[in-house]
Amino acid sequence: MSQKIEDFDANLAGEEGKTEETKSSWFKRIKKGINTKTSEKKETPEGLWAKCPQCNYICTMTELREHLFVCPKDGYHHRIGSEEYYDIIFDDGQYAELFGDIRSKDFLGFTDLKPYHKRLEDIWSKTDLKDSMRVAVGKVNGQDLVIACMDFEFIGGSLGSVMGEKFARAVTYCIEHRFPYMVISKSGGARMMESAFSLMQLAKTSGSLSLLSDAKLPYISLLTDPTFGGISASFGMLGDLNIAEPGALIGFAGPRVIKETIKKDLPAGFQRSEFLLEHGFLDFIVPRPELKEKLSTVLSLFKN
Amino acid sequence: MPSNANRQFLDFEKPIKDLIEEIEITKARQDKHHLDLGEQINILEQKILDKRTELTSQLSSWQRVQLSRHPDRPYTMKYIQKMTTQFVELFGDRNVKDDKAMVGGFANLDGETVMIIGQQKGINTKMRQLRNFGMANPEGYRKALRLMKLAEKFNKPIITLIDTPGAFPGLEAEERGQGEAIARNIYEMMRLTVPVICVIIGEGASGGALGIGVGDRVFMMENSWYTVISPENCSTILWRSWAQKEIAAEQLKLTGDKMLGFGLIDGIIPEPAGGAHWDYDESARILKEHLVPVIRQLREIPAQERITQRIEKFSKMGFWDEVPA
Ligand SMILES: [Zn+2]
Repeated sequence: MSQKIEDFDANLAGEEGKTEETKSSWFKRIKKGINTKTSEKKETPEGLWAKCPQCNYICTMTELREHLFVCPKDGYHHRIGSEEYYDIIFDDGQYAELFGDIRSKDFLGFTDLKPYHKRLEDIWSKTDLKDSMRVAVGKVNGQDLVIACMDFEFIGGSLGSVMGEKFARAVTYCIEHRFPYMVISKSGGARMMESAFSLMQLAKTSGSLSLLSDAKLPYISLLTDPTFGGISASFGMLGDLNIAEPGALIGFAGPRVIKETIKKDLPAGFQRSEFLLEHGFLDFIVPRPELKEKLSTVLSLFKN
Repeated sequence: MPSNANRQFLDFEKPIKDLIEEIEITKARQDKHHLDLGEQINILEQKILDKRTELTSQLSSWQRVQLSRHPDRPYTMKYIQKMTTQFVELFGDRNVKDDKAMVGGFANLDGETVMIIGQQKGINTKMRQLRNFGMANPEGYRKALRLMKLAEKFNKPIITLIDTPGAFPGLEAEERGQGEAIARNIYEMMRLTVPVICVIIGEGASGGALGIGVGDRVFMMENSWYTVISPENCSTILWRSWAQKEIAAEQLKLTGDKMLGFGLIDGIIPEPAGGAHWDYDESARILKEHLVPVIRQLREIPAQERITQRIEKFSKMGFWDEVPA
């Protein structure tokens, strides 16, 4: 039997993925689920049911949200976006978004099956997101924190000039205010439509981290499902602490490419968080329901 | 350098191949019949030179990619051998093993000790396997970093020669942290207190290239390419087929002239007419001629200022709009 291999090629191309959670309908349903009050739960329409891709457990979006988008049956961590993470981490879900006006530009006039500028316009018309990363400042149990979080929904969370610039400005902001910095990664890799500019963001963000390090401010890298390519080959792996959610797929080369290279099936659990922890690349794995408390503990340990 | 009889030709080099064959026939005729066909041979040789110049003046992006992968193209070790003296190769990452796809060591360049590091491709089938086609594993990047730190300790400038189709996408590479190894290199290179000059001598593919590619000056040789993904892989993902690689190469704007125009590199290093594979001595001479004054120039800048400039240079790279909501 041939092995089922996940790839993010379609998402990186700015299209719908093959699996439920890489389709834009998934993110739309999450948003509807968020807006659905508990009192309306019984009337939940057909489309607001969610199925766990791992154990097939079916529940309503509202129930799933109450469990922070972790499957109540087997603990599978569903893929969520910046909005959901900010809600989970920041006190009372209160935060201020920073640098929200920066958006992508088709500087190269890149055209694959569709012009890049057209692709961007299409996405902007369908979602409130301006790009694949949002930066926010807020408090975690009363402690200041700047978080830059990726949105996989936007061209597979791909790394382009906008992510690089937001990242750099977030670091500058942290240095000015003496705040710690956290990045939540969820990305298929580079924004190919920005060609070498996208590659140079690896260097740009590393330069920023060098300044943050000189300022002796903590940088926490939270890796979530999935994190690949340029992210893991730069700031994703450069945390003072590198941490991950359980079961997240994390690596440099994508599973499809590796499988094609070695012409063998990949071992079970390959490139999952637990595999990375075992090989010494993570400080710890933290389940989403414990994320806020653990983060709060770590921040206070850095500070006191 | 291969003799004319052993040369390999790309499809668009066919006209040159024909002229070389004509010379060989003429020479054979000269020897056999004891004739003096020197003038005829000279004319043919001039024609070859003209053809070489003509070819490289009108290459498509894809043809440029093909030239960067030319089987006769000089690789890192060839440049080290031709540009420097007293080269002492240093092996190993002091941790896992020695990665044959990444080479390096101290050498004397124009009277000064430098550290030269680069990916190395194999020159024949057996060596290509051994060198893993220039695709380094994490230990290769860690070996490179070890050598860079060694150079830093003794205040020696660093030159990296980049030539890779990418970091190796393998099982063990992932186990040993390919992403972390490249990330660490990029980060540490940004902070090195010695001058760092990087040259793309062939293929500059993605993180695998940038893993030894953060420098005060970054140059591309005339027939090299540098971007975030190979045209073939880009075509596979964005066009859903391998077949659009030529269009992908065009769209990626991966050639030196484009990269220089974008401000992503600092200069283009010319090659002999027709490409570096026509004349190794001349290629190395031109490269050396470019490197020596740049090292001297960078030496003049105080270390901390050089680091600040390096960080600022890369932080300017990018384009975006700011649209108030
Ligand atoms: Zn489940």
